[in-house]
Amino acid sequence: MMQYEAIVVGVSSGGMNAMKVLFSILPKDFSIPVIIVQHVSSHSDNQWIKILNDKSDLYIKEADEKEKIEQGTAYIAPANYHLLIGKNKTFSLTVDERVNFARPSIDVLFESAAEVYKSKLIGVVLTGSNNDGTKGIKRIKEYGGLAIIQDPETAESAYMPASAITAVKADYILSLEDISYLLIQLGNGIKTYLT
Amino acid sequence: MKHKDILEPEISLLLETVYQKYHYDFRQYSEAHIRRRIMNRMAMSGLEDVSQMRSKILNDETFASRLLQDLSITVTEMFRDPGFYRSLRENVIPVLKTYPFIKIWHAGCSTGEEAYSMSIILQEEGLYDRTTIYATDFNQQALNKAKEGIFSNELMKEYTINYQLSGGKESFSGYYTSNYNNVIMNQSLKKNIVWANHNLVTDGVFAEVHLILCRNVLIYFERDLQNKVQALFYNSLINGGILCLGSKEGLRFTDLYEEYVELDKKQRIFKKKY
Ligand SMILES: C[S@@+](CC[C@H](N)C(=O)[O-])C[C@H]1O[C@@H](n2cnc3c(N)ncnc32)[C@H](O)[C@@H]1O
Repeated sequence: MMQYEAIVVGVSSGGMNAMKVLFSILPKDFSIPVIIVQHVSSHSDNQWIKILNDKSDLYIKEADEKEKIEQGTAYIAPANYHLLIGKNKTFSLTVDERVNFARPSIDVLFESAAEVYKSKLIGVVLTGSNNDGTKGIKRIKEYGGLAIIQDPETAESAYMPASAITAVKADYILSLEDISYLLIQLGNGIKTYLT
Repeated sequence: MKHKDILEPEISLLLETVYQKYHYDFRQYSEAHIRRRIMNRMAMSGLEDVSQMRSKILNDETFASRLLQDLSITVTEMFRDPGFYRSLRENVIPVLKTYPFIKIWHAGCSTGEEAYSMSIILQEEGLYDRTTIYATDFNQQALNKAKEGIFSNELMKEYTINYQLSGGKESFSGYYTSNYNNVIMNQSLKKNIVWANHNLVTDGVFAEVHLILCRNVLIYFERDLQNKVQALFYNSLINGGILCLGSKEGLRFTDLYEEYVELDKKQRIFKKKY
């Protein structure tokens, strides 16, 4: 059974509600670090992350530059910075050009994570109305990682997951609730037959 | 399909080559940043792997200078992070007002937007005529653009909003003249700015200053290099001098944390202890 070392999540419009669902299910001390790019306005501060954390069992924080990635924690990319992962499993932030009109960009996170975690990475594409994340999830698959995509029919905005589905052979296409339970199983090292 | 791996030793070798041949030292830059830019450049230039890129760097100076541009990220804005500039007006300007003459250092000034923003604030606060602004970068191309002070007209809408959010009360369009698709910044904003090529990694202290702004540069460095550059800043500041970092940069993990007091924690403004 594969021991996954990280989960990267990309989410755009409809993301606030999606995050609430995901974090109402993921447990405290969840064994795989969760790293999230959520598209937000470039001027937004990190207040919403604190509010999300108050309601979650799992510890949620904004990713700090050069911070070491630990289990039992969910990290969210700060507004207006790209989030990258170093080979030493620390974060780097950059103010490079926007990618897919976005900073942070999901593709940027997914690609750098794929190069570091290779087959031990889970990529998750959730609700959104652009195609950020499509190239990234493809890269994750190329490195042998797992691709989980929200069923577009269950997503607040179908475009982003639908775009990802056309680009890769997804391992799982599920509702958000089912994705959350699947992640818990994968975290426990349980071989799962949920499809 | 398995993706081709990009190996750390190959990247180290490439950076070593750049350093030996061109004396630009990227060896302690953020590994994730360097990897991303190298991957992008490889794809754009149709290169197979890092070692092919390395030999191109050795033999092709035009290609090498393109790579320097790739690694130096010049993305910037006027009044970027308006909240920071608001705090600058409230917390830093009153300190500057106590000095008979003022020296300011913008380290990593890119194409100059940050220095022009500073000039505007200093003019509005009546401090410009007793100030010298040193605006430095290691990217000569960016410095040349900064010196010209010509920016795209399209950007002005966003900059005007930034300016207003930062507490600016004048008409922003009074600071430049429009010329078709471009604007040119007023000569009066430039006259006390000294543009200079300075590399934070390999060059030393060049002036003793009252205020340093180094925003969104240190995020591109690994911790040890951040520490080294922080020592350079410390040695360049007068006692009581002020250091402004980018909104995601701090001193907490440097050796010098104890040597400063926080003037504004959120906006990352620090004052060197006496
Ligand atoms: C993202 S820009 C920041 C511009 C501006 N300070 C701001 O916050 O908007 C980073 C700048 O740092 C410069 N830089 C990177 N490494 C440097 C070095 N070793 N010495 C001097 N400048 C450097 C780059 O050339 C680039 O212009």
